[in-house]
Parts: sequence; C-alpha cells; structure tokens
Amino acid sequence: MSNGYIFASIAAMALTTYFIRMLPMAIFRKKIENRWIRSFLYYVPYVVLSAMTFPAIFSSTGSTLGASLGCAVAIMLAYFNKGLLTVAVGAAAMAFIVQFAGM
Amino acid sequence: MKLEEIKEGIKDGLPIALGYFSVSVAFGVSSVGAKVPWWGATLISLTNLTSAGQKAGVDVMAVGGSILLIVLTTLIINMRYFLMGVSMSQKVEERMPVWQRLLVAFGITDEIYAVSMGKKHDLTACYMAALIIPPIFGWTGGTLLGSVATNFMPAVLADAMGIALYGMFIAVIIPPSKESKKVLSAVVMAILLSVMFTYAPYIKNLETGWAVIIITIVVSSVAATLFPVKEGADIE
Repeated sequence: MSNGYIFASIAAMALTTYFIRMLPMAIFRKKIENRWIRSFLYYVPYVVLSAMTFPAIFSSTGSTLGASLGCAVAIMLAYFNKGLLTVAVGAAAMAFIVQFAGM
Repeated sequence: MKLEEIKEGIKDGLPIALGYFSVSVAFGVSSVGAKVPWWGATLISLTNLTSAGQKAGVDVMAVGGSILLIVLTTLIINMRYFLMGVSMSQKVEERMPVWQRLLVAFGITDEIYAVSMGKKHDLTACYMAALIIPPIFGWTGGTLLGSVATNFMPAVLADAMGIALYGMFIAVIIPPSKESKKVLSAVVMAILLSVMFTYAPYIKNLETGWAVIIITIVVSSVAATLFPVKEGADIE
C-alpha cells in the first residue's frame, strides 16, 4: 500500500464524514418552528439508537448468551435510571462473566 | 457557570472516552491486519472519529479500492450523522456562533449525540468542547495502542467490551420510553423494522447504513404524524 494511496484514502474518508456532519449544522441555524418537523426531530434519537442497538447487540460479543444477559442487565439498570457508565459497565461485566465461565 | 459546564461535559465525556478506547484498540488491531500502517490507522481515527465508517473504509483500502468507492461507502454508512446533525442544530444554543457550530459538528458521533440529546438543557459550546475532547483522545489513543501492540488484550476481555457502547444507547432509550408511551411506540416500531432489515429475505442484503436511515425516516415520520409533540414544547 503506497503512502500516497493511504493519504488520499484517509483524506477522502475524513472529508466525506465531516461534510455530512457539518452540512446540517451550517444550514439549520434557527430553531425550526414547524410542529411536524419538530416532532420528527424529537423522535429521531430514540429511533436511530433503537435501530442501531437491536438486534445488533445480540452479536456484539463472543457469545450470544453473554450478549443477551448483558442486554438484560443494561435494560434493568437503565430502567432504574442508572447513569451511562453504570449501564455500559454492567452490560460488559455480565457479558465478561458469561464468556469467562465458558458459556 | 462556565466551569460547571466544563465539569459536566468531562463527566459525561469520560465514560464515552473509555468505551471508545477499548473499541478502538480492536480497530487498530484489525487495521494492521488489513495492511494499513499504524500511523495510517491512528490518523484515520483522529480525523474521522467514527467506528463503522472507518472499518468499512479500511476494508476498501485493504483491497486497493478506488477513492470514489471509499467516498461512497463512507457516505452511506455515515449518512445517519446528517439526521443527527439536524437535531443537534436544534439542540445547541440558538445564539451559538457559526464557527463553534462547525467545530461541534466534528464531534457528532452516535454516543456523543446520544448523551447530548439526553440533556434537559440547551447545549453550550463549553459543555460540547468538554464532552467531545476526551472521546477524541480515547478513540485515537486506543487505535494507536492497538495498532502498535497487537494482541496485548486478552480476547475474552476485548470481546466483552463490544457490548459496552450498546449499553450506553440503552441507557438513553429506556428512561424516556418508561415515561412516555409515544416514545415507547417509536422505539418498538424501530426495533421491529430493524429486526426485519436484519433477517427478512432480500432486504437483509441492504447495507446497514441504508437500513438505519430508512428506519429513522419512516418511523420518525409515522410517530410525528400520529403523536405530534406539544406546541411550544422543547425538543429534548
């Protein structure tokens, strides 16, 4: 792999990614008043994150059982309003225990 | 006040940085496996700050694909950031100057976006800077470590780390779903469609990046039409 190709590829990836992120931030500088659009945007975070998490979370570790139990722990901790770190570590700890036990 | 914002940002940014660190070690290891040198992998992480898009880009580089293909792949996988950027543009303080908005834009990742949207208040530049900078270090540092010292982490530990970032997403989704039937309905619709896009014949072949975009547009449109938020209510 030549250095020229590596630099060109990295520049292409970085510029494309930044362009996608920058465009809406540059365009929508005023609060949007339209009720439907505001409602749409209200739901976007929950929908995006749900779609990205399920069902992908079940294959996110070496074992499906570990991932499933880790997911259950995460949902339980989140249900009781535990913080991001607690939920993330709880899920990973559960997945680790299951895998370490060789299940 | 500003010091408070910075403290709050760092407090929220550190867990993301830790999660990124472990995930990016794996990215570093796999990049070297794909014949990208350690400095290339590190530079990719520093300039892209995204997981799936980088992985796909490196996969194309590994087979010597064209720059156009790299651009298209990155575009499809990262297109969701456009939608996130629109809602982020509404969540930052209205008086935030353009140059600060353009800097904040660099930090729109799934996790930073998730944390930002979970805030009850509008986002200030100080808070966003403090939220974004630790993850940049975590992501880039992990990649550097992973690419220079491959295989130093026990596989079982690295494996278990894979679920950590999903755990953060769950922490954002669940509390509002408990409070609001409208949010819960949107979440359930999104999950059902996502399962369909993963397993149903034919459509399962669609690039994950496209599936997420389609699901987001369809479900958010349906939810906005069936359950519009109150007039004048703040977008949270």
